Amino acid sequence: MVLPSSHSRAGAVADLRYSILSLVAQSFRGNTAWRPVWREPEPKPAYDVVIVGGGGHGLSTAYYLAKEHGIGSIAVVEKSWIGSGNVGRNTTVIRSNYLDHANIPFYEWSLKLWEGLEQDINYNAMVSQRGVLMLYHSDAQRDALARRGNAMRLNGVDAELLDRDAVRRLVPILDFDNARFPIHGGLLQPRGGTVRHDAVAWGYARAADSRGVDIIQNCEVTGITVENGRAVAVETTRGKLHARKIGLACAGNSSRVAALAGLRLPIESHVLQAYVSEGIKPLVPNVITFGAGHFYISQSDKGGLIFGGDIDGYNSYAQRGSTPMIEDVMEGGVSLIPTLSRLRMLRSWGGIMDMSMDGSPIIDKTPIEGLYLNAGWCIGGFKATPAAGWCFAHTIARDAPHELNAAFRLDRFAAGHLIDERGAGAQPNLQ
Amino acid sequence: MLLIPCPYCGPRPEIEFRYAGQAHVARAADPSALSDAEWAQFLYLRDNPRGRHAERWRHTNGCGRFFNCIRDTLTDKIAATYRIGETPPDLAAGAEARR
Ligand SMILES: Cc1cc2nc3c(=O)[nH]c(=O)nc-3n(C[C@H](O)[C@H](O)[C@H](O)COP(=O)(O)OP(=O)(O)OC[C@H]3O[C@@H](n4cnc5c(N)ncnc54)[C@H](O)[C@@H]3O)c2cc1C
Ligand SMILES: [Zn+2]
Repeated sequence: MVLPSSHSRAGAVADLRYSILSLVAQSFRGNTAWRPVWREPEPKPAYDVVIVGGGGHGLSTAYYLAKEHGIGSIAVVEKSWIGSGNVGRNTTVIRSNYLDHANIPFYEWSLKLWEGLEQDINYNAMVSQRGVLMLYHSDAQRDALARRGNAMRLNGVDAELLDRDAVRRLVPILDFDNARFPIHGGLLQPRGGTVRHDAVAWGYARAADSRGVDIIQNCEVTGITVENGRAVAVETTRGKLHARKIGLACAGNSSRVAALAGLRLPIESHVLQAYVSEGIKPLVPNVITFGAGHFYISQSDKGGLIFGGDIDGYNSYAQRGSTPMIEDVMEGGVSLIPTLSRLRMLRSWGGIMDMSMDGSPIIDKTPIEGLYLNAGWCIGGFKATPAAGWCFAHTIARDAPHELNAAFRLDRFAAGHLIDERGAGAQPNLQ
Repeated sequence: MLLIPCPYCGPRPEIEFRYAGQAHVARAADPSALSDAEWAQFLYLRDNPRGRHAERWRHTNGCGRFFNCIRDTLTDKIAATYRIGETPPDLAAGAEARR
């Protein structure tokens, strides 16, 4: 993997298409001719569009702005290095097994974009459609998942309701006869799976850069200049950048950045943790979610088991988690797969989530002209990366949401059009 | 693990508590007089600072009471806890964490 280097020169990039031929040619040169895969340009004083936040969503937005809407001059400004936020911290699960009519088409479009992504951006993101299996442990849960599966199929999404024997054939190591939470079956989405998260950031960065997008790292936005109700520039640690349009994609820090323009958001920032075990031989063939506690698991190609659970539960910008949640997640894991108790946990880390108040995202214009918002992804925005960028680009370029993100409105909280998929966000204020 | 000083019971481990969001968000005396925007503000809009935050906790597995707490959301340091109805301590003046 070629990492970005501070010595890269403008123009030294983007001439290289990855293929079997390029690999062979490079290997004959002793792999000495690889070049940095994106430029490190100095910020220019003005752009058509400035995207704040170089996570998955910011980078994909810039890419689709250039590709789908032909916008010529775009910058992505990132306060740290790209991929340092949640795009590089998540547990990499992608799926479109939603129930709400606003969510299914959006997440399904995202899954379709994932399916074509590697060809589109000429980058190996290790998209692995190994299946996502949601378990049920009671008749009521089975009925709820059957309903969800039917809603998915009505929207053209793949879903299979499995009984206990079918789940046992798929994943024999689960504790089927657990005294409190016996496994009765599961809802499988075969097209769901995992994607290598850093490769998503790097791949979109390279693809955006090759279309002329300036990716400006170590550049924190510290102010948003609003004149006569219109956002006209961002102030940054590397100078002032004027822009005709400004898009915010600052997952976890959305409240703080929006506050620079005087906006108050229906969002709390919370920490979510992830955990990795020591590497072992193949044990978990797909992504499995426990239906009786907040726990889900998959296995990386290196062999480590990757698992996650709930947010810690109080406002935090600490990017590290608290120990009670570690214990809680391990307990869930051992209830589902008792043999996990024999493993050592290698690492855990945290990322800061925008917890929106109904658990659903926002991709919309704001009351300030020229200022657009992509926020509130809670614990599930990685799978949305392609579609969120695609829809946000549309919203910015056309000054109106696409049909796919029309429900993800900022004003839905005052208008009463909450998206009732999860029923609760940071706090169960819905009553 | 946070060590949270309950104003009634003293310092106890985090697992005895439940978080209850931003403190001092007053419910309007006459909710039906509010506009939709004002009601949404009460229900959904929060300060969400990176730094000192006045927040409510409930000592669910202890005395069961709600109280207020001033915690730094970046360092997790708790500067003070105080009872519901009390005014927030003046931290700038160097008030000590109380119990
Ligand atoms: C532990 C964990 C597990 C998760 N698991 C999954 C999963 O399995 N599946 C799934 O779909 N989702 C998952 N998520 C959620 C997902 O990672 C996020 O919703 C998604 O990555 C957010 O979008 P992003 O990639 O653009 O965010 P980020 O990568 O966080 O990008 C935001 C960027 O904005 C930058 N920024 C902030 N403030 C400023 C500023 N003032 N100026 C300039 N830049 C700024 C930040 O530095 C950051 O790089 C998980 C998250 C975590 C933490
Ligand atoms: Zn108490």
